[in-house]
Amino acid sequence: MVHVSATPVLALRGVSKRFGAVQALTDVELEVHAGEVVALVGDNGAGKSTLVKTIAGVHPIDEGVIEWEGNPVSINKPHDAQGLGVATVYQDLALCDNLDVVGNLYLGRELLRRGVIDEVTMEKNSRELLSTLSIRIPSVRIPIASLSGGQRQVVAIARALIGDPKVVILDEPTAALGVEQTAQVLDLVERLRERNLGVILISHNMADVKAVADTVAVLRLGKNNGSFSVKDTSHEEIIAAITGATENAVTRRAGRRSTEAAK
Amino acid sequence: MSDTSKVSKTDTAAEGQTTVAPADDPTAAPVTVVDPRLLVREEGLKGYWTEFKRKVKGGEIGSLPVVLGLIIIWTIFQVKNDRFLSAENLSNISFYLAATGMLAIGLVFVLLLGEIDLSVGSVSGLASTLFAVFVVNHSVNPWLGLILTLLIGVGIGMLHGWFFAKLGVPAFVVTLAGFLGWNGLMLWLLGSTGTINIPDTGPVHLLGQRSFFMDQAIIGAYLLAGLGVASLLIGSVIEQRRRKAAGVPFRTNGEIALRVGALAVAAFVAAYVLNSSAGVSNALVIFLACLVIVDFVLRRTTFGRKVFAVGGGIEAARRAGINVPMIRITVFAIAGGFAAIGGMFFAGQTQSASLTSGGGNTLMLAIAAAVIGGTSLFGGRGTVWSALLGMLVIQSIQTGLDLLNMNTSIQYMITGAVLLGAVVIDSVSRKSQKAAGRA
Repeated sequence: MVHVSATPVLALRGVSKRFGAVQALTDVELEVHAGEVVALVGDNGAGKSTLVKTIAGVHPIDEGVIEWEGNPVSINKPHDAQGLGVATVYQDLALCDNLDVVGNLYLGRELLRRGVIDEVTMEKNSRELLSTLSIRIPSVRIPIASLSGGQRQVVAIARALIGDPKVVILDEPTAALGVEQTAQVLDLVERLRERNLGVILISHNMADVKAVADTVAVLRLGKNNGSFSVKDTSHEEIIAAITGATENAVTRRAGRRSTEAAK
Repeated sequence: MSDTSKVSKTDTAAEGQTTVAPADDPTAAPVTVVDPRLLVREEGLKGYWTEFKRKVKGGEIGSLPVVLGLIIIWTIFQVKNDRFLSAENLSNISFYLAATGMLAIGLVFVLLLGEIDLSVGSVSGLASTLFAVFVVNHSVNPWLGLILTLLIGVGIGMLHGWFFAKLGVPAFVVTLAGFLGWNGLMLWLLGSTGTINIPDTGPVHLLGQRSFFMDQAIIGAYLLAGLGVASLLIGSVIEQRRRKAAGVPFRTNGEIALRVGALAVAAFVAAYVLNSSAGVSNALVIFLACLVIVDFVLRRTTFGRKVFAVGGGIEAARRAGINVPMIRITVFAIAGGFAAIGGMFFAGQTQSASLTSGGGNTLMLAIAAAVIGGTSLFGGRGTVWSALLGMLVIQSIQTGLDLLNMNTSIQYMITGAVLLGAVVIDSVSRKSQKAAGRA
C-alpha cells in the first residue's frame, strides 16, 4: 500500500522553538516521505500547531534544521514555505463566501490571458482537479456560501493543490464534519497520497488517524513521544503515548475494561 | 455573483414569454461530477422562469426591486403629470443622473469592501470649487485644472484610506470627519464672494447641458446603441466558443439572443427617445463609458477580484497573499477620484461653484443610488451597473417632484424614505439568502 521514498521530502531535525519563557518545541524530529500520510497527534498544548506553523513559515525555528528533499533550507516566512511546495489548510478554512468555487481555488493566483482573468481556463482546470479528486461539488460556479461544511473543507484542500505542492498540511480537517463528510475528506486524503504527496494530518480523532495514516508521530509537551507505524500499533499504545503516562484515567479505565472482559 | 443583475434582468424579460416553447440548442455541457441534490436549471425559457422564482425566494433578487420600483415611480408621476414621460423630461433625467452617478460609482467600490464613504458629497463640492479657483482666480488652463482637481480628489481618498487601513480608524468616522472638513475647506476657499462663475469652455462646456454627442447628429445615439449591442453580442459569442472548446458549461444561443435582445430593445428605445429631444448629452456618454470600464475592471482584472475577495473575507484575502491595506487605500482613492469627477459634472451643470456645491442631499442620493441598484451595504456583493439603475430611480424621483413643484422639504422626506426602503430590501434579502444558504 505504501510506497515510501528513501529520502524524506521534508524532515525536521532537532527543531526547537521558544515563545518568551515557554519552550514550545524541544528537539523535535519529524520525517515526511512522498506518498506518506503522517498523523501528528498530541493533547491540547502539545505543540502540534506550533510545529505546523514552523513548517508553514509562520513561526521561524530557533534551533535545529529543516531539510527539504535532503537539503537544509530556511523557512522564515509563509512565502518561503509556499515556494518550496508546502501547502497548509488551516482549521478556519478562510474562503471568501461571496466568490464562487473557481474564484476561491485561484484566489491570489488567477490565470491571466492578455492581462485579463482567464475564467474559461480556470474553470476547466478547476473541474478537472475536482473530478480527479472525485470531489462532489454541485457546480464550480456557485458561491462558497451555498456549500456544506464538508464541501468547503474539500474545496479548501483542493485550493491547496492548485500550487502543485509536495507536502500538504491539514489542520484538523474533520473536526467539524459529519459522518459522510468525514469519509469524503478521508477519501481525499488517500487520494493525495496516491498522487505521491506527503501529507501531515493533525487530528484528535483516533479513528481517522487509524483509517488513513501510515505513521503516527506523537508530541507531548513539545517533545517527541514516539513515532509508530499505524499497522502494528494498537489504539491504546497511541493513547498512552499521547497522555504520556501509564498511570492515568485512560489506562486505568482500559485496564478495568480488560479485567472485566477477562472475567 | 457579479452576473446576478444581468441574469435577473434577462429573467424579467423572459417573464412574459413563459408559454413559448423551450428554446433551441438543448446541448447539455459535459458534466463530470454532479451532485444529485443540485437543482439544475431546465433547458429553455421555462427553466429560466423556475430558476428565477427560486432565486427570488432565496433572496437573490438582483435588480428586480429596482426595475419594479422604476415602473411604479414612472407610472405614478406620469399619472400626476403627463409631461413626465415626454422626451424632454426623460432627456433631462438622463443628463442630470450622470453627476451623482459618478459619485455612486466610487461608492460601489467602497460598498464592495463593506465600508462606507460619507465624504464623497463634500469632496465633489470641494473639487468644483478648486477647479473654479484654479481656472478663474489663477487663470490655469481648464484641462490642466481638471487634471489637478482629479489628482487632489484621488489624494483626499488616499488620505481617508490611509487612516482607515493603516491606523485602523473606522471608515465611517474618517469619512465623517472628511464630510465636515472638506466642506469647511470649500467654504473657506469660496470666502466672502460665495459663488465663483466658471466660463463655459473646455471641460465645463463638455459636461454642460448644451454639449451633445456628435453635435446632436441623429446617427450618434444609434451608433452608441449599436456599439453597445454589438460588443455584447460579439463578446458573448466569443466566450461561448471558448467555453465550448474548453468543455465547460456555456450560454446557449437562446440565452445569448435573449440577453442581446433585451439590451438592444433598451438601448435603441433610449436612443430614439433621446433623439426626439435634443440628443445624447456628452455627460451621459462619459458616465456610460466609465461604467463599462469600471465593470470590466471589477469583473475581469485581478484588482477587481481582490476587491471582491477583501469584501467577502479579509482573512481569506490575506492568506491568499492579497495586500489588504493596499486594496483598501486604492478603493478609497478611487472613491475620491470619482467624487472629484462628479464635482466637475456639477460644475458643468451650473457653470459655477457655490456654497451649496456638493451639499444638501448629494451624498444621500449617491449612497441611495448604489444601494437601490443592488449593491449590498454588507460588502462583497454588487455590480457597478447599480450606479446607473439606482440613479435612474433617484433622478426620476427628483425630476418628478420638481415637475410637481414639490417643496425641498417633501423631496428630502421622500428621498430619505426611498433610501431606508432600499436598505431594508438589502437587509431582508440578505437574511433570506442566509436562510437559503447563500450568504
